[in-house]
Amino acid sequence: MSGIKLNSPFNPAELEKLQAGDRVLISGVIYAARDAAHKRLVEALNQGKPLPFDLKGQTVYYMGPSPAKPGEVIGSAGPTTSSRMDRYTPELLDAGLLAIIGKGNRSAEVSRAIVGKKAVYFISIGGAGALLSQRIKESRMVAYPELGAEAILALKVEDFPAIVAIDSQGNNAFTLGQSIYRTAKEA
Amino acid sequence: MREIDSSQISAALSELIVKTSTSLGDDILTALHKAYEAEVSPAGRDILLSLLENACIAGEKKIPLCQDTGTAIVFAEAGQDVHINGNLVDAINLGVRQGYEQAYLRKSIVSQPFSERVNTQDNTPAVIHTEIVPGDRLKLSFMAKGSGAENMSRLFMLKPGVGHEGVIEAVLETVENAGGSPCPPIIIGLGVGATAEKAMFMAKKALLRPLGVSSPEAEVAALEAEVLKRVNGLGIGPLGLGGRVTALGVMAEAAPTHIASLPVAVNLQCHSARHGEVVL
Repeated sequence: MSGIKLNSPFNPAELEKLQAGDRVLISGVIYAARDAAHKRLVEALNQGKPLPFDLKGQTVYYMGPSPAKPGEVIGSAGPTTSSRMDRYTPELLDAGLLAIIGKGNRSAEVSRAIVGKKAVYFISIGGAGALLSQRIKESRMVAYPELGAEAILALKVEDFPAIVAIDSQGNNAFTLGQSIYRTAKEA
Repeated sequence: MREIDSSQISAALSELIVKTSTSLGDDILTALHKAYEAEVSPAGRDILLSLLENACIAGEKKIPLCQDTGTAIVFAEAGQDVHINGNLVDAINLGVRQGYEQAYLRKSIVSQPFSERVNTQDNTPAVIHTEIVPGDRLKLSFMAKGSGAENMSRLFMLKPGVGHEGVIEAVLETVENAGGSPCPPIIIGLGVGATAEKAMFMAKKALLRPLGVSSPEAEVAALEAEVLKRVNGLGIGPLGLGGRVTALGVMAEAAPTHIASLPVAVNLQCHSARHGEVVL
């Protein structure tokens, strides 16, 4: 997959130029975090405790990898369903998070929060965990190792493929794309 | 009475799990190639090409096709003339434990669903369905069910009067509601009739059938074809980004039901439909 080359952590001005449906290749550092890690991050925020990493300008990737085989950086590493994180996302955006990578659509509330913070929601290729693992060059444990596959990891990625699903203006690639190819619901 | 030792069951199952985690069936690969040819959306074509590339990388490097290596679901069809030496459930769980460890698969099962959610660390217990059938063999079918697709399952207890059209609308509603979350292009398992729990069982079991093989019952096969056509008219497309290919196939099972009932169970499977069978 080809695309616009981007670096994470992001320059907000660069993210604002992106349009729903744009294909991108992300390099730099992204943080893997899924359900249980999100619960802990938001609990820490609510209790006024410091987060295990500074969210400012960063990218969170909704992913829990399979175990790395000996000699490999990581196991299979594709995105998980984003909507499960909808309840936590507005607070993390308020705390500085600027980009998200997952799969599937988001709630209207998350979409509004994305627009409010001029953030971007990307999707990557669901079910292509073997392919995506090849774009991850380093993996480092950041927090919550006891959560196993749900621990927070810092991942160094190169040309990690993603698609802009919700841009900073709130345009939605799912709605736009589906409206083009929808034929009559009736036979 | 034929005897099968529980150790044979564990060994056969772990081997099946290792094999299915990194290689898609030829039926699914063929369907993905056909989908690539049929898809007109540029983003959709790109995604389908990436999925084919993913299958190559997984096979060559023996990396799981998807990081969600699923709930281990085992359908055991035991011949009534088979005697199993040992405990069948323990044997299946041992096979799951060994297979998930050997293939470096993700352990995704938590012991308690609504509070502590502690990971069991070995992906057990498996979800096991046993059926007694004629004969002296034991057939084990394994399905790795990721939760992206499983979470989109729906059960409808329809009013009988809605008939054929009501069944189709139930599927369309399910697929539309699921959007890109279950990793389309999806495969749709459909169970119509019987009772609530049997309908869901049929929907899941139907997903074991090879893609492209229609139901042997003409009326059910016609329903499958119509559902597929209508689902692909929704425009959801690969990953939900729009396109002509939302589903690779529809597999339905129907069964007699009560005069007051019309249960419809929809079980979605992702494009990475990992399953296989072994006969002992």
